[in-house]
Amino acid sequence: MANSIGQGIFQFTKPISIIGAAAITGEKEGEGPMSAYFDRICKDSYFGQTTWEQAEGALQQETVSLALEKAGLQPEQIDGILAGDLVNQCTSSSYGLRGLNLPFLGIYGACSTMSEGLLLASILTDSGAGSHFVAATSSHFSTAERQFRFPLSYGAQRTPTAQWTCTASGAAVLSAMPQAGAPRVTGGCIGFIRDLGVTDANHMGAAMAPAAADTYARWFQATGTKPNDYDAIVTGDLGIIGSELFCDLLMKQGYDAVNVHQDCGAKMFDPETQDTHAGGSGCGCAGSLLCGYFLKQLQHGTMRRILFAATGALLSPMLVQQGESIPSISHLVELQADM
Amino acid sequence: MRVSKELYQQMQEQTAPKTKSYYTIPVAFLVGGLICTLGELLLHFYRFLGSDKTAAAAFTSITLVGLSALLTGLGWYEKLAKHAGAGTLVPITGFANAVSCCAVESKSEGWILGVGAKIFTIAGPVIVYGTAASFVYGIIYYLFTLGQ
Repeated sequence: MANSIGQGIFQFTKPISIIGAAAITGEKEGEGPMSAYFDRICKDSYFGQTTWEQAEGALQQETVSLALEKAGLQPEQIDGILAGDLVNQCTSSSYGLRGLNLPFLGIYGACSTMSEGLLLASILTDSGAGSHFVAATSSHFSTAERQFRFPLSYGAQRTPTAQWTCTASGAAVLSAMPQAGAPRVTGGCIGFIRDLGVTDANHMGAAMAPAAADTYARWFQATGTKPNDYDAIVTGDLGIIGSELFCDLLMKQGYDAVNVHQDCGAKMFDPETQDTHAGGSGCGCAGSLLCGYFLKQLQHGTMRRILFAATGALLSPMLVQQGESIPSISHLVELQADM
Repeated sequence: MRVSKELYQQMQEQTAPKTKSYYTIPVAFLVGGLICTLGELLLHFYRFLGSDKTAAAAFTSITLVGLSALLTGLGWYEKLAKHAGAGTLVPITGFANAVSCCAVESKSEGWILGVGAKIFTIAGPVIVYGTAASFVYGIIYYLFTLGQ
């Protein structure tokens, strides 16, 4: 059972084990500073398919299959998978996973999908509705460019605040049966939709920072903890500029997170040599770094207790063209090592 | 959230890096200038081959458009444009890039509803408002030359 400790905030009485996780990325991500932590790095950005949309589906399918393999489970042992992505109607997930024969729930939280999926999957696992649930997500640079920006070969310049959508996918398998040594989900916080009036779709970090800061402040308040009680407080894809704004916003609420804050978007690339401007973004950015890096740290004991809050900009190109500002969301999951 | 939209706007302005205009503007000027120089050379070349002025100008445009489409297909135009900005956007090569990149991109959705329907996604507004502006200019020109 989960105990509610505030509006949309809960802690599990019985922790949920993450018994398998996988992270697969594209070539550029595999050339970045985090490359050693990914299970596979695929040099073919088409992933053996003929269109970009099919490519992202194949990427996600491969990641989920690998996560199941690492958890030692067959698809028939999975009671449900919660997956989402950035392509219209979440088709990378539905088309990608259609061959796997799994009970499927499509979710949309833009780039916050990894923590949304993890949050929901852990609640489902805890509820007794099944014994194994999977949370998965993916993003692909080329599908995201097509979806939100210009054709790939259009000669447009990227602004200094723009971020680079990662070709990456992450999948985590949750189990109701505790497993020794496996990282555990111990609580969560459902995000509010926040909007501080950012209208620039090339400045996603700024649009999302308020949502992340709000979710963290709510969590700290409800649990009576502070940032330094954790080995890391992780955000999804605020990027370099968004991270600065996030720490400023949190500071204004009385929480100093500068020393423990880590952002997946800021960690993914080397901005100097990889020309990625403000950093990485996309569902797969937070997804692959959670499944490839942070969960491993918890498993090996180099981190014992972290908070993971992926961040999503809930925009559509149509609403941006209509002059609307960009609403954002960030869901938080508390993760601990099994010590 | 204790931060107002106005305060957040200020915070953003303080953190966002500015475009390095001291670099981007000269590069745009140079690359744009080089493309125009190439156009001028082509014009003289076609004149040298014996074309009259109008035909040589048309051949020049055709060559530049063809070259830009080829470079777009090879994925080189975007690499140049990343540094050149307006230098590659403003000349006729930029227009050709805007059309051909949409064609390349939408090929996966088929020839009719893909390439056919989406080829002018970026260039369409330029054509529409270019035509509309020339119509307005035509009226102005007519009014000013009425008495002549």
